[in-house]
Amino acid sequence: MDETRRAFLLKAGGTLFVLSGAAAAAWEALAAGRQGTAPDDVRGKHWWAMAIDIDRCIGCGNCVPACKIENDVVDEPFYFRTWVERYQVDPDDLAHPIVDSPNGGHGGFSDLAARDGAKVFFVPKLCNHCADSPCVQVCPVGATFHSPDGVVLVDKEYCIGCRYCVHACPYGCRYIDPRTHTVDKCTLCYHRITKGLQPACCETCPTGARRVGDLRNPDDPIHEFLRSQPVQVLKPQMATGPKVYYANLDGAVR
Amino acid sequence: MRFRDAEHLARLAGLFLAGAALFVVLRAALVPDDFGVYGHYRAGALADNAARPIAYAGQPACVECHSDTGDLKRVGAHAPVSCEACHGPLARHAAGEVTKPPRPGPTVCLVCHAKATGRPAWMKQIVSAEHAGEGGCTTCHQPHTPRIQ
Repeated sequence: MDETRRAFLLKAGGTLFVLSGAAAAAWEALAAGRQGTAPDDVRGKHWWAMAIDIDRCIGCGNCVPACKIENDVVDEPFYFRTWVERYQVDPDDLAHPIVDSPNGGHGGFSDLAARDGAKVFFVPKLCNHCADSPCVQVCPVGATFHSPDGVVLVDKEYCIGCRYCVHACPYGCRYIDPRTHTVDKCTLCYHRITKGLQPACCETCPTGARRVGDLRNPDDPIHEFLRSQPVQVLKPQMATGPKVYYANLDGAVR
Repeated sequence: MRFRDAEHLARLAGLFLAGAALFVVLRAALVPDDFGVYGHYRAGALADNAARPIAYAGQPACVECHSDTGDLKRVGAHAPVSCEACHGPLARHAAGEVTKPPRPGPTVCLVCHAKATGRPAWMKQIVSAEHAGEGGCTTCHQPHTPRIQ
């Protein structure tokens, strides 16, 4: 052996020292993880919901383009965060209403020859922001979630476009954005309600038929709305816990 | 030297440890540290959603400057109609970026007031051809207080 024990130990010790330094630095970088920012804890401060009065909706369709402009929704039919449906309910055949929604109600509704004696009314639709939403349950990557203040949101950076949630939503409120191939849906104008503004659809509703309220704020008029009106949610049998409350909703509405 | 059976176990254990280490390293490198703060999602997505710029300024922002029109509107049938329902999205105007926004076109009244099946009876509706003939709505009606004086 041409190397002495002392020389070997010194070399090995030096190498170990350098390696442990590198390991410590690597561990530090690992422990820090990928940097991200969590906004201040907003839990418990708000619980957003929407109140819609069917009797106040005149089917002008103002909400549909307003939503598209506010949220940069693709300006073609079949991509809607909110849309309006017109129901024709024949009293003799309550189970089979005729529903039309030309371009989602974008541009309003025309005059048509309604069937004799049929009840005709408009139903604005949007994401119901369910408290137990099927769409959140099926997302495999945590890209769609319940925000701490009760809004169902999408993380566009995390969405892999698998479409599970599109199938899971019983209300048909989701679509795949053809530009990004990620899912898109109503956020209840999260960027507006967090600034104290009403969503674009409510802001532009000429009759005040729809309005966002905070269920955690005892002074919010939504409590009076829920108390004083006959209120229903869509598809209560699905047990999704929807938070879009419809006043004077007809039982024929799906 | 004779190969010993126990070496199989040692190699398996080594592979397992290497795999576990790789998992820890990849997970730390790929999962952002704000994932899971409030639930099974990236907490920063809340801020991402809230960061969108607004397009509609909101009624209070309009009447802050246009208080005269706001006062005019408050006493008429159009009191509950917010400015941007007819005038369109004006957040950039409210921020001072666009000085002369376009005025609403002549058909803006018909969005709500054209006769349409299903429109509730309390809503005032007209068939434009029968109602006024050639003149536009504003010939007789002042849009902010629409009742003919």
